[in-house]
Amino acid sequence: MKSITIEKRGKLRDFIARRKPIIEDWKHTLYLWKSTKLAMIGTVIIVIFILIAIFAPIIVPYDPISSNMSARLQPPSWDHLFGTDQFGRDIFSRVIVGSRIELWIIFLVSLISGGLGTFLGVVAGYFGKFVDEIIMRITDMFLAFPSLVLAMAFAAALGPSLTNTIIAISVVGWTVFARLARAEAMKIKKQPYIEAIRAVGAGNSRIMFLHVLPMCLSPVLVQLTLRMGTIILTAAGLGFLGLGVRPPLPEWGSMVSDGRSYLVAQWWISTFPGIAIAFVVLGFNFLGDGIRDIMDPRLRR
Amino acid sequence: MEKLEEQKRSEKKSEILLEVKNLKKYFPIKAGVFKRTVGWVKAVDDISFFIRKGETLGLVGESGCGKTTTGQTILRLIEPTAGSVHYNGVDLLSLSKRKMKKYRPKLQVIFQDPYSSLDPRMRAKDIIAEGLKSAHIGSRKERYEMVKKYMDRVGLSPLYMNRFPHEFSGGQRQRIGIARALILNPELIVCDEAVSALDVSIQAQILNLLDDLQKDFNLTYLFIAHDLSVVKHISDRIVVMYLGKIVEIANKHELFINPLHPYTKALLSANPIPDPTVKRKDRIILQGDVPSPANPPSGCRFHPRCWMAKPICSQKEPPLNEVQPDHYVACHFWKEMIEQNG
Repeated sequence: MKSITIEKRGKLRDFIARRKPIIEDWKHTLYLWKSTKLAMIGTVIIVIFILIAIFAPIIVPYDPISSNMSARLQPPSWDHLFGTDQFGRDIFSRVIVGSRIELWIIFLVSLISGGLGTFLGVVAGYFGKFVDEIIMRITDMFLAFPSLVLAMAFAAALGPSLTNTIIAISVVGWTVFARLARAEAMKIKKQPYIEAIRAVGAGNSRIMFLHVLPMCLSPVLVQLTLRMGTIILTAAGLGFLGLGVRPPLPEWGSMVSDGRSYLVAQWWISTFPGIAIAFVVLGFNFLGDGIRDIMDPRLRR
Repeated sequence: MEKLEEQKRSEKKSEILLEVKNLKKYFPIKAGVFKRTVGWVKAVDDISFFIRKGETLGLVGESGCGKTTTGQTILRLIEPTAGSVHYNGVDLLSLSKRKMKKYRPKLQVIFQDPYSSLDPRMRAKDIIAEGLKSAHIGSRKERYEMVKKYMDRVGLSPLYMNRFPHEFSGGQRQRIGIARALILNPELIVCDEAVSALDVSIQAQILNLLDDLQKDFNLTYLFIAHDLSVVKHISDRIVVMYLGKIVEIANKHELFINPLHPYTKALLSANPIPDPTVKRKDRIILQGDVPSPANPPSGCRFHPRCWMAKPICSQKEPPLNEVQPDHYVACHFWKEMIEQNG
């Protein structure tokens, strides 16, 4: 009877006590975050970017797709904040809606290239020997090409569309994560606790996915944040070269490309989407650098 | 009545649980761009011994003599180069990986370092239940009930089951390691330097716990250590290894009173006596270092450091012979040793 009451009373205290180090750790992380100025700036930019993408349909004043020939090539004004393009479409609306496309590309590319790269990297690092040799030589083959050239080749072969842009960028990008995850997996598989888990009878796949993989995730996530700027740049580059998203969709890179021939007289067509790209890439780079610094054990404590 | 039980126990004890025969483990030394094998480190070189049911077999030797490799090879955590390990008559080393999985629960291990042998991201209950999950034993609820039971048995409060490894002390962590092995209901536990990383006071607690568990669960231990006093405390018989070879096997009382191998004698004389007033005259200081296992000396591996070495020692390797009942030794001059021990 006595032990039961102690157990009950102890439960809440135990709960708080147990989580105290975790809470303290988060507080410390938040403190570091606040004191790293660039990380804060990056976070603000990215949060604004994501909010704009979410609320895009509410914000836009005009239809970003349908053309209005009577209002073509107008300079920035209160009616058209960023001006209009050669088809009379409101550039402000197009930039706003374009953020959704960019976000969608970032999300899918991160998921596909991060997932594929981590999976192959963990498999290579865990099994080692010839499995490792095969996977890493394939990775080397991909790394031997300049990434934009390879992405262009894939996009050109598959044909220009949103889906194919995503596939092309993912196929080029997974190698970084594969190398990172492999190095981490090789380090972790030598830990005594992995041997201990094998001794109690766990199989390879169980050890690999439940014990090695989770330990590989944090460096991969940091790298992923750092790579998001590159993903946007690649997507915009493909769009600019006409190998990316198809014209009516307002992808920022292709918008810059659209205004190319009007650049001298109607500068606003290319400039505003360009500024949007620059800001978001900068935001992701600041955020990535900040996260890397905050995770750095030498900086912590 | 008591005598009968004693007799029964000794009969049970004489049953052989694990027999290791001609076990070898060579690690390749690779060099150059193409990773050519340029030599072999003979970590374990042709050793044979057996463990009786219910006994504790101590395995001692200095660092790098192949103790841990022996333990790992028996459990097939690393694949041996040659030899056999018979467990209840089944050769474990010839089993396929899948069949070996069935035997894994029966042969468990407790590791040296309680800090690195527990997954830092898992809760205590999940670490202990890992073996059950791998073998698909019981439902989630049943597993955690078992975890509670075994945590209690090894002296941990089941209230701590949700904690992470870093929230425990070294001794508590080692108890988690013991519970993890014990929950699978093993017959043989390899204790690989299980107490070496702990404080002396905690060592005693863990040793007593291991002793109690042995009685309650009918366990057999292969106790690997370098600390002779610990081995003396817990073992029934002791195997002494030097540079990948077994030099002597004997009952612990016999070994401490009547060591028949010069190396064993030197090892025993190096064991500190915790009493500053005792002046020791019989200390034997060995000359030189342990030779490299990649290039061991010819003949008896101990001869370059042995004070009794004669020409024959560098030419002929002494076999491990049973020179007295249950006392095996690999030395050409064991008879002289008996005289010395007087």
